[in-house]
Amino acid sequence: MNKYRDNPDAIRALVRDNEVHKDTYIDAELFELEMEHLFANAWIYVGHASQVPHKGDYYTTTVGTEDVVMVRHSDDSVRVLYNRCPHKGVMVAGGVCGNTGKFFRCPYHAWTFKTDGSPLSIPLKKGYENTGFESCEASHGMAAVPNVKVYRDFVFCRLNPGGPSFEAYFGASLSTIDNMVDRSPDGRLEVAGGVLRYLHNCNWKMLVDNQTDTCHPMVAHESSAGTAVRVWNEAPQGTPKPMAVELFAPFMSPYEFFENMGIRVWENGHGHTGVSDSIHAAYSEVPGYWEQMVAAHGEARAKQILGDTRHNTVYFPNIMVKGPIQTLRLFKPIAVDKTLVESWTFRLVGAPDMLLERTVMYNRLINAPTSVVGHDDLEMYERAQQGLRSRGRDWINVARLYDPAEKGRTNIVTNGTNEMQMREQMRAWARFITESM
Amino acid sequence: MTAITEKTLADFVYAEARMLDEQRFEEWLALFRDDAYYWMPLAHDQQDPRLHTSLLYEDTLLLKVRIERLAGQRTFSQQPKSRCHHLLQAPRIESSDAARGEHVVRTAFHYTEARLDAQTLFAGWATHHLVETGGALRIRLKRVDLLNCDAAFGNIQLFM
Repeated sequence: MNKYRDNPDAIRALVRDNEVHKDTYIDAELFELEMEHLFANAWIYVGHASQVPHKGDYYTTTVGTEDVVMVRHSDDSVRVLYNRCPHKGVMVAGGVCGNTGKFFRCPYHAWTFKTDGSPLSIPLKKGYENTGFESCEASHGMAAVPNVKVYRDFVFCRLNPGGPSFEAYFGASLSTIDNMVDRSPDGRLEVAGGVLRYLHNCNWKMLVDNQTDTCHPMVAHESSAGTAVRVWNEAPQGTPKPMAVELFAPFMSPYEFFENMGIRVWENGHGHTGVSDSIHAAYSEVPGYWEQMVAAHGEARAKQILGDTRHNTVYFPNIMVKGPIQTLRLFKPIAVDKTLVESWTFRLVGAPDMLLERTVMYNRLINAPTSVVGHDDLEMYERAQQGLRSRGRDWINVARLYDPAEKGRTNIVTNGTNEMQMREQMRAWARFITESM
Repeated sequence: MTAITEKTLADFVYAEARMLDEQRFEEWLALFRDDAYYWMPLAHDQQDPRLHTSLLYEDTLLLKVRIERLAGQRTFSQQPKSRCHHLLQAPRIESSDAARGEHVVRTAFHYTEARLDAQTLFAGWATHHLVETGGALRIRLKRVDLLNCDAAFGNIQLFM
């Protein structure tokens, strides 16, 4: 018997004002419904346009658990297609990326499709005459995702035809992407430095929650960042502070720092930590960069761009962006208890290489499967995935600094340890998962 | 110091792996020169550790942090501890410059890391760049190339 399918009221009841039911993280049926509804009703990040710079370039990925291919079409627009031949179901685009020329050709029976998915040719076409083929689904070619939006080269899509527009869905939260792009003297980013792929045996939402969880760094990361600080303190006086220590040390900032840096909560589950300050605010200057930014934007504007040092911005449901260190983390759901975390980095086009070097080092130290910080976090997620199965308690607590007046309010700036962002994520979750039921 | 032979170099590689398997990390770290790096590339045939991400590219400071963390009271991902096992093919000398005291040795390996009920097998090649320093062999660079370096991995907590 289905507990949640066709029962939106039961789903809404899982999200209370200040607690969330454990089933949202451990129930396999709810995971299926998330993929069918939430990941189809929300705008989902697909990839970056710099991954497909030329016509025919493609990149394969997933939206929720749907296999898709992002491709640069012959009219130079970026398209997103379901990666499935309409004939026998074979994934048409192979490997991770490549160039397919003017059309996709299925490797099984050589059916071909234009890069917008429309049918081009079928060998021995005569064999389909008078078969009713023209009224078959297959005659329409590869299915294209109806809604694709390229925002400053970030490619998003919405699988369902209806729903909020891209602008209405993300609203003011797009300012974080703006800030990251504006940090390039040329106003442009490129994917660079490789992608780290880290498998997590936990629900995807644990990672999303963690991004704005400012009460865990000084506890869970005492072992890694705390040790880094201690080892560094043993270095002889006058030793220049290594880049790695500069990246690690702020994780050990006290509660007060995280309270004061603030959190901003937008609508639809989007929000960011680090409003007035952040762990990325005190990085040392990169020679030549400031001059480039002043030349590109003028001094006042350059100061404004570089002075906005937001920490983690969650774009609900499943990415997090760090503007000051040019990183995007994508939490790809695989199963209710399995998530692939991809950590991408960007080059600020026109800026000194040293910025990419720092970004690449940050990604390696913090987001790799070999990262000591990653080990700290994953241990907690996996223990939670196991612990939540307990009959002893049914709810996850998100009451920290809850205020009954907060509901329905948007663009709030509040104490950096407020769990309002987590509450808003789950309110958005309940809304978008039930919207199309 | 006595002349470096193929056997001396192979014995060094075997001894190094054994230190890791027996978790004698302080002793292991002492094999590295102060300017040494331990490098585990993320891309096949990767040449650049600076502008392309690696799984590991650690100087001795970062290696020390890693080793001290493994022993920490609040290192929960090591409670209980991981264990590891190196199975090495006979090391081969790639190049040897006796005058400069520099030797490059390549070793194919299978490496297994286990914790609780999970056990993971990795295959790859280790390349040791060794330098005769103060009468002993020391590591200037240990490069670990995994067969599936670009795959999605779970935790890798110890050293290959």
